[in-house]
Amino acid sequence: MAVFSDPVDALLNFQAALDAFRTSNWLEAGPSGVGAYPVMNVFRKGDDFIVIAEVPGVTKSDLDVQVKGRTLRLAGVKSVSYPEKASVHRRERLAGRFDRAVTMPIEIDPDGVKAEYRDGILALFLPRAESDKPKTIKVA
Amino acid sequence: MANRSKGKGTDMADKQEMAVREKKEMVAREEKTVPGRHFIPAADIYETEEALAVVLEMPGVEKKDLEVALENDVLRVDGRIDFSKYRDMEPVYTEYNIGHYARSFALSSHFERDKISANLEDGVLTLTFPKAKHAQPRKIAIG
Repeated sequence: MAVFSDPVDALLNFQAALDAFRTSNWLEAGPSGVGAYPVMNVFRKGDDFIVIAEVPGVTKSDLDVQVKGRTLRLAGVKSVSYPEKASVHRRERLAGRFDRAVTMPIEIDPDGVKAEYRDGILALFLPRAESDKPKTIKVA
Repeated sequence: MANRSKGKGTDMADKQEMAVREKKEMVAREEKTVPGRHFIPAADIYETEEALAVVLEMPGVEKKDLEVALENDVLRVDGRIDFSKYRDMEPVYTEYNIGHYARSFALSSHFERDKISANLEDGVLTLTFPKAKHAQPRKIAIG
């Protein structure tokens, strides 16, 4: 991919690419609940889609991921706690409940979905359902 | 939904709905040697009788890519993300940008330097600075 052509500027270029899509209207008819927590980025890798969301401080067991048809649901609880007698100087981290559903532009094969959670980042691999893949028609 | 700040506030209300907050980009005093954007990690700082704790959210940073330094009473935290994981992935819809994290705080010097501890879990870094004996509050009995 052209984005990674120069190793020195690779990150800069990738960041520019991410920004370019933030202003694009791809999926405009798609994702419900834009502006809902957690924020997510959607990537394409071949036929399949990858959704990546930042949920720092959420434990694995507090994450609930569901997939049905074209819809992906991501719910959970993020809690922030302090010791009993602590005096808090700064409080910037947010806490609370979240529940977000997103419609993908492809039919997802629910059995092939993989979810990975590491270092506060949730990655979901959403394979395109076989029935949704385009068929090549031979021109006779 | 306003059931926060009830009681002692030891646990933020779990029933609260979460909001989205844009990542803050860093406006550095000095430029970084590596190109690319840096972001300011969200931080909580609290103090107990024994210690000061700094909690920073740095999603995507692995232990090996984290650098914590304390120099001249300035705490400096640098977290680098490994974006090679994004290789061969074509962005089609994005809501946030990624980048390295950097933040520094000026601390007082009343800490036991060799007892500072750091713990990284689920993208959250917790730094604990135990207070030196002379800085801990002393109970004075009234005779």
